[in-house]
Amino acid sequence: MNPALTQRFPGIRLGLIGGVSLVLLSLIGMVETFNQREIISDLISMGQTLLLLTAVFIAYLAAKRGREHGRAQVFGASITAGLIMAGMLTLLVLLGQAINMRQVFINASPVLFQILIFQQEELWAGIGLLLLAGALIGFSAALLCLLPHWLRRVITTGLCSVAGVGLLQDLIAPILSDWSLLADFTDLLFPGNGLSISGAVGLFIVVAALSALWSFRGQALQTRIKALPPQSRRGLNFAALLAGALVMLVLPQVLGLFLSEVMTIVGLYILLGLGLNIVVGFAGLLDLGYVAFFAIGSYTVAILTSPELGFFDWNFWQALPLAVLFGVLAGVILGVPVLKMRGDYLAIATLGFGEIIRIMVLSDFLRPWLGGAQGIGKIPKAAIGGFEFATPQEIYYLILAGCALVGFISWRLRDSRLGRAWMAVREDEDVAQAMGIELVATKLLAFATGAGFSALSGAIFATKLGSVYPHSFNVMISINILCVIIVGGMGSMPGVAVGAIALVGLPELLREFAEYRLLVYGAALMAMMLLRPEGLWPEATRQRELHEEEDAVRASKLAEGSAGPRS
Amino acid sequence: MLQRIRERLNPTDIVMWSIGGILLIMICWGSVATLVKGVYSTHHWIDFIIFGLAQGSVYALIAMGYTMVYGVLRMINFAHSEVFMSGPYTAYYFAAYFYRSGLLESHPVISMVLVFIISMATSTLIAYLLELIAYRPLRGAPRLVPLITAIGASFFLQYVFKGLYGSGFQAYPVVKALEGHLMVGPIRILKFQILVIVAAAILMVALYQFTQRTRLGKALRSVSEDKEASALMGIDVDRMISMTFMIGGAAAGAAGVLYAIMFKQVHFFMGFIPGIKAFTAAVLGGIGNIPGAMLGGIFLGLVESVGPSLFLDGLGIVAPYQLKDAIAFSLLVLVLIFRPTGILGERLAVKKA
Repeated sequence: MNPALTQRFPGIRLGLIGGVSLVLLSLIGMVETFNQREIISDLISMGQTLLLLTAVFIAYLAAKRGREHGRAQVFGASITAGLIMAGMLTLLVLLGQAINMRQVFINASPVLFQILIFQQEELWAGIGLLLLAGALIGFSAALLCLLPHWLRRVITTGLCSVAGVGLLQDLIAPILSDWSLLADFTDLLFPGNGLSISGAVGLFIVVAALSALWSFRGQALQTRIKALPPQSRRGLNFAALLAGALVMLVLPQVLGLFLSEVMTIVGLYILLGLGLNIVVGFAGLLDLGYVAFFAIGSYTVAILTSPELGFFDWNFWQALPLAVLFGVLAGVILGVPVLKMRGDYLAIATLGFGEIIRIMVLSDFLRPWLGGAQGIGKIPKAAIGGFEFATPQEIYYLILAGCALVGFISWRLRDSRLGRAWMAVREDEDVAQAMGIELVATKLLAFATGAGFSALSGAIFATKLGSVYPHSFNVMISINILCVIIVGGMGSMPGVAVGAIALVGLPELLREFAEYRLLVYGAALMAMMLLRPEGLWPEATRQRELHEEEDAVRASKLAEGSAGPRS
Repeated sequence: MLQRIRERLNPTDIVMWSIGGILLIMICWGSVATLVKGVYSTHHWIDFIIFGLAQGSVYALIAMGYTMVYGVLRMINFAHSEVFMSGPYTAYYFAAYFYRSGLLESHPVISMVLVFIISMATSTLIAYLLELIAYRPLRGAPRLVPLITAIGASFFLQYVFKGLYGSGFQAYPVVKALEGHLMVGPIRILKFQILVIVAAAILMVALYQFTQRTRLGKALRSVSEDKEASALMGIDVDRMISMTFMIGGAAAGAAGVLYAIMFKQVHFFMGFIPGIKAFTAAVLGGIGNIPGAMLGGIFLGLVESVGPSLFLDGLGIVAPYQLKDAIAFSLLVLVLIFRPTGILGERLAVKKA
């Protein structure tokens, strides 16, 4: 396309990009699958919300580009983008009417087209509505772009919370209706599938008001907390920590069986994430075979405790230290040869190693010892005295204890001499070596610590499930954990929790997501790296490092600009 | 002299070399045991070797993409395996259409050429878009960043294609003309294996000549040698990088159809294992080195098809073929440890990294 044209009308290019993404979202079946869940009853479904959010985002970007060309262009650009996106969806619908695309694109079903034209009987009326919606989206995105910053934030927060509550209705409604006081209120809010219209409006107003209040008063509150004397500030921190710990302790009793199960899964990923965080986040070694140590921990516990194989008949607590020890040993054995390599070679070598472990476990050759494809069953539950960790609500405490331990260790390690050495290695190996850091030993310690944590979570995983199968340990687990720590923020420990909740907890709650989980993970990895490499909850130093360069570039550009035109 | 040798020996090296020695002895032991037992006849061995050659030439074609991209950007294009998958998966629908309409039977050459062209075009397009959208904005970012992006892109593409085309295995239509076997002297070769080996050989020679003889190829090589200097010589570096991805993509698309002809099915996950193996092949041959990738691919294919029966069988391992992937991955790890330069390459793993 003519570059001058796209420069003049930024809406065209962004509209085409957005259109392609919307068509793709429809064709891979996301829109249709997500359509069962209504966000607001009889008004808008989750599938439509997905399209809407994407379209608004693109149109908003177009509006922002348009601002460089004057105020009129803001509306021009974003409405153009909105219309182009709607137009491309229209083309998809028309194409779908003309020929049967289902032989190739399995998701191009009549149901999808009905959703796209707002369930209208009349095709052309539906298309008209679609185009109108495109123009409206463009118009509102432009309005949003012209609003003052605080108002924009208030509105987006309100809308996002409505979408979020609608999304998590299955989670929120049962909890609310447990309390008899709130039962009527719940019925009012969730009449059936999705929020009621009045409920949605009410929720929007409440959240928007709170958000507005925060945007005026929040600053003052923060400065007041900062102005407190250090002693009372420490007290405040301690109180917050204590309250958090208490909440964590009672949580499974409040949330019920299903949510406790979800929380144990999230907890396991936090545990694994904290371990990988040391390897990838602190020391900067990309380990794609992390699942191997998880498998080693699981299988050690299984072999030592399961009566099925009949080699040993230990209990969980006797097997646990050995499992961790084997994990650490495997980390050292793998680490010694591969740690001489750098970056991407290390990633591939560890990936290969993880696959080797899985193939070996799966093979008939080692079947008498490792159970082959059937795995090992009848692993006893962990028990203290007479108390057995059997139900999800009980296993939750086991995992919580594990997370607390691992979290504490990595928190203490982070600021230690060793932790600082890891970060130095992460930033620049040559400089770190010149500063007197023993490279191989430092990396090996990171690798072994991570492996030990992974084996610990593997051990808990084995007793949680009661059986281990080789298929639980494929490379996807490594990728999932990597995703968790990247999205949360490499090297940041609260980030691991945020990442695990967002990437593991949410898909467990939204069953429709299951099919698209890895798609979303892949997109999240790319998007994080391209847009926000420091993660959702970044570690302070890392954020500084990642943006230092940009600042430097900006500064040098400024300097260049003032020095004269560039050649 | 002795003093110097003692100084140079450190404990980890000793451990590594002794592990290597033990492995070597076990391989020899196994091979001798198998050969002495004589479970397999000469015919079997020839079949293994030809299958290995066919498989290896597919690996070699995919490895081209890895090696060329690594040469230019010093990054592992993790998503190359999905570039490889996208071509034959898209072309499948055309092949199935040709099969239904009878074109595949009446004009097998024309329809196969069309299938190849479609597959190569799709893979080229995906590779181009991948570079444009995912990698170009990250030029000059820390090394981990593009690698993680590539991993993300890999899974993203896999599941986009799963969403588009469905998650089932699709059986590639069988070409009548490629069934049966030919006798080359006393050796019996399956026809499709001949096609795979010959087509891969032609493509590789063409690609190699392209990089060596043409102006464009020269520009590509100069960019992989030194980006800044090439830019000063008036070469459009960004365009050359795009070009590298597209050429690698075209090779992967062709390899994909050959792979589909050999294994007769396509699937959205089909790229993962061949991708890692092709990377192994690229490392084996010396990454960044085009003839090395060819050599590495063929070597890996041979080891994988001959290895299980040659040295695992002799060691008394049950069902050795289950471990053929493990052999490939062990080979990868071992090469990275003992000879990161590969067979032909320069020492990239440590120095230029």
